[in-house]
This record gives sequence, structure tokens and C-alpha cells, in this order.
Amino acid sequence: MELVAPDLHARICAFYDEYGFVCDDEIERWPDLFTDDATYKIVSRENHERELPLPTMSCDGRGMLRDRVTSMLRTSVYVPRQIRHLIANVRITGREDERVGTIANFAVFESFEDTGSRILAVGRYYDLIATSGPELRFKEKVCVYDGNLVPGSIIYPL
Amino acid sequence: MTIGSIRTPPWARIPYDIYSDPSIYEREQERIFWGRSWNYVGLEAEIPRHGDFKRTAVGDRPVVLARDKDGSIGVFENRCAHRGVAFCYRTHGNAKALQCPYHQWTYDLRGNLIGIPFRKGFQGQGGLPDDFDPAEHSLTKLSVTTRNGVIFASYADGMEPIEAYLGEILPWFDRMFDGRELRVLGYWRQRIECNWKLIIENIRDPYHATLLHVFLVSFGLNRADQPGRVVFDSHGRHYAAMNERLDRDASAEAKREMKSIMDLQLEGPKLLDVIREFPGRETLVMQTIWPNIILQQQSNALAIRQVITTGDPGGFDFHWTVFGYATDDEAMTQRRLRLANLMGPSGLVSIDDTEVVELTQKGTGPFSEAQGVIEMGGLTTGDEDHVITEGPLRAFHKYYREVMGL
Repeated sequence: MELVAPDLHARICAFYDEYGFVCDDEIERWPDLFTDDATYKIVSRENHERELPLPTMSCDGRGMLRDRVTSMLRTSVYVPRQIRHLIANVRITGREDERVGTIANFAVFESFEDTGSRILAVGRYYDLIATSGPELRFKEKVCVYDGNLVPGSIIYPL
Repeated sequence: MTIGSIRTPPWARIPYDIYSDPSIYEREQERIFWGRSWNYVGLEAEIPRHGDFKRTAVGDRPVVLARDKDGSIGVFENRCAHRGVAFCYRTHGNAKALQCPYHQWTYDLRGNLIGIPFRKGFQGQGGLPDDFDPAEHSLTKLSVTTRNGVIFASYADGMEPIEAYLGEILPWFDRMFDGRELRVLGYWRQRIECNWKLIIENIRDPYHATLLHVFLVSFGLNRADQPGRVVFDSHGRHYAAMNERLDRDASAEAKREMKSIMDLQLEGPKLLDVIREFPGRETLVMQTIWPNIILQQQSNALAIRQVITTGDPGGFDFHWTVFGYATDDEAMTQRRLRLANLMGPSGLVSIDDTEVVELTQKGTGPFSEAQGVIEMGGLTTGDEDHVITEGPLRAFHKYYREVMGL
């Protein structure tokens, strides 16, 4: 691995912090953290390792990311829950032109009004971050969850 | 049981204890999953080569299916004949033989015991008795059958051929499994906190779709004013519901009843880029095959949804196998993968179902003496030329009561 400027690592960590905050509390802004042509995928570890192409959730372009938000907020029927992301162990895996490849670990919890909190998903991000604009943006985000058996549904993004 | 009356047959009511009572649950295992039924266990495409194996379950009981040298398929319990170890701890793989890690008892791909370390002892000491016969200590084997690449297993001896078992539903089964080689695109696994029957009933209730699923109705994938019908085998144990998507807006009458309909536009319309690929006019065909699967064709999104019970009346594991055909081109594969957004743990449609079946468990569990009312569409249990009916639920409960002796 090449040496990475500490300020870039710090910027990327701050970007992940922002991502977690937006997912948990400002989901309407979630698509804004991606480039217009970004791809977003949630994939089980099982499919990922067996090179089976089925995602659990996938969006191709910011329009589809916005449609997901519309479904979460308007069309899907579900018991209200609070989501919390913990994102850590951020590592830069490569740099090319104005993109940075990164991995990070995530743990996402969900809490209900009357039944307490549980782990929704634990896994790793495999991302490509665009550094060309004034703000960092995800060009590609793949969320691989390790426990293949999902408790209920993954309604909000990981 | 005292439910039902002169006016209503018993199967127009659902007694809520069937979702929570442990003794009913145990009887279901004996009579339904381990009784006279063909249980789906997998696809031939999942174990194409000699030595390929896959782990799954029939009701509560974990089983392994494996491909032998001659191409035949064995299905046997994942329980070592020695001490009961669940020896197969991978979900799939390839092996010449299956070995228990504890004392290394070894089985061939048909479940026959072929190796026991220290069988003759060591330096004249120990060993099994001379009259110990390994042939009497094979893994417990199930009967196996296949139809166009789909594998079924049964604990019962002398089961009828799968074609006779599927009966009048066979043409609908064959529509999806027409002999073309299948390509597995991936799996989803969900834990759903409700009785296993509730998810089967969810599919056997075609009228909820036009009300609950705002996404479906708002984007025209399933609406009450679309031509649809329901068909059954002669027992009413298998079922298919079909709809035909129309390229026009919902009628005023349909809109009045479907209050959840919204005026929405997709910003990423590619999601619903679908093409006609099956004969006939139907664009949505949902089937339930007794006892443990749902077959899904929503436009180009194809899946088998398998119910795996886990010893708990109040929850089950739901395994989805999403597939296409080996002959699909890349555009078709991408289309199926995009449409997969409708289904599974993050499905724009399935999320709603998962929530309401869990809420049904919460609602019925504390009220075992209460009962549900299923009279939509009258008291019929047979084929109908519309989908605003609970006939398929009544047919399910009629057959369920027969098998269960309730």
C-alpha cells in the first residue's frame, strides 16, 4: 500500500461520519452523498463470496437512490424504527486519478418503540470515493453484510 | 373445535391457536413436512457436478442433498448415525465423501456408512463388535424426485410421482420450469418472526396486494381492475394466482377502493423495464406448492421462496433462491437483478408483507381462542376468474384441517 496523506485519511473518515449521520437522521439527504452516476449495492457475504450477482438492494444512478428514499418515506409499510450506524476501521486501499478506493467496517443497529435494540447488520463497505468536487462523494458503494440471515427487513440503507 | 356454523363452513374461519400452539406445531411437523408430501429441497443447477452438496431442511430437520457419481441425487439427514453431530456445517460444497468431524465416521454421497476409524481396534484392543453391520447405520435417507431441474424430497414411502402430486397445477409449474437449464443468481435469507403458515397465506390472499402494496398499485404492477384469476389442484393444496398488467391508468372505481394509490413517478424508471418472456397474457404468476414453497414470477423477477421451520411456532427462516435461465443474455440478467429490488429483505413490495405477517403473529398470539374471518369472495374454495377473493385461503385451511385432523 502506498503512503497516504494523513489529511486525506482524515477527510475520508469525516465523510464516513457524515454518511452514518445522514443515514440515521436525515435520510432525505442520502442521495446527495453520491455522484449522479453512482452505483449502490447491499449484498450478502454469501452471494459476494460465491460471486453470485444478486444484490439485496441496488440503485444505479441518483434517480434510483431518490426512489428508494421515496419508498422508505411514502410507499413502504413498516413499524417505525430508529437506525444507528457505527462505522470504523477506515482504510484507503488505492488511489487512481480523482478516485480513492476505501474499505470500512460497519455495524447497523435498529431499535423499536417497544422491543428494544438489535443488530440489523454487521459487515464491510467496499467503496470508491470521488475526490474531484468540493465535497467527497461515493461513486460506488458496496455494503457486504456478514450474517446472511437478515432479521426481518433491511428497509433503510446500510 | 366449535368454530363454523350452518352458515359458514369451518374453513371460513381461522382459529388463532394454529399459529402459536406447540402441540399443533409438532403435529404439523409429523403430518405435513414429514408426512405424505414432496418438499422442495433445491435445484439441480445448485449441485451440477459429482460430489456437489447443499445443506437445507425439511420442516425442522436439517438435510443434505448430494450428487453421486452416476448423476443421481441423494437426500439424507444432517445427523451422524453415531452420536448425532450435524456433520455438514457448510451451506454447500464439493466432496468425495462426507465425514463427521467428531470420530470421522464417513458416508458416501448417498448417505451410506463407508468408513469407521478403529473399527478393528488398535494393536488388538478396542474396535467394534464383529457383528456390527455398517449397512444398518447409514444416514436416514429420504425419497427423492425431480421435475425439470427442481428437486423434491419426502419422508413418506410410496409417494405418488411429482406430476400426479402437482396435479392440475402442473402446467403452471412447468411454465416456469420448462426444462431449460436454470442459472442461480443468488440467495436471500430472512428470519421472520411469525408462524410459517402466515407467509404461505399471504400469497394465497391475492386481494391484499391491491391494498397493502402502495408501490405495486401506484406503478401499475398489480391492481384490482386488471384481469386475474386463481386456480388449484383438486385438493386445493397447491395454488396459482395470475394477473395481467394493463398499460392504462386505474379505473375510477378501482381508484376509489384502492385509497393507497399514489401519483408517483420513478426517477429511475429503468427499474421497471420489463419484457414479456412467457407464453400467455399473464405478467404476474404467484404459486404455492404444498407444503413448503412459493414460486414467484413478477414480470422477469423469478424466485423460489422456501419455508424452513426451526422448532418455533412463532418464527421461521425464509430462504429465497433467485434465478434465471442459462440462456439469458446479459441484458436479461441485469433486468432480473434490477427487478430483484421489489423482493427479498429489502423488497419494495416484500418489506410490507414481512411487516404485516409479523404483526399478525403479534395480534393472534395472545388470543388463541379468537378466530379470523375469511369470507371475501363468498365461501368458495375453487377456481375463480378474479382475485378479489379469499377462496385460496379457504382452500388452504380446508386441506390443512383434513391433513391435521382438526
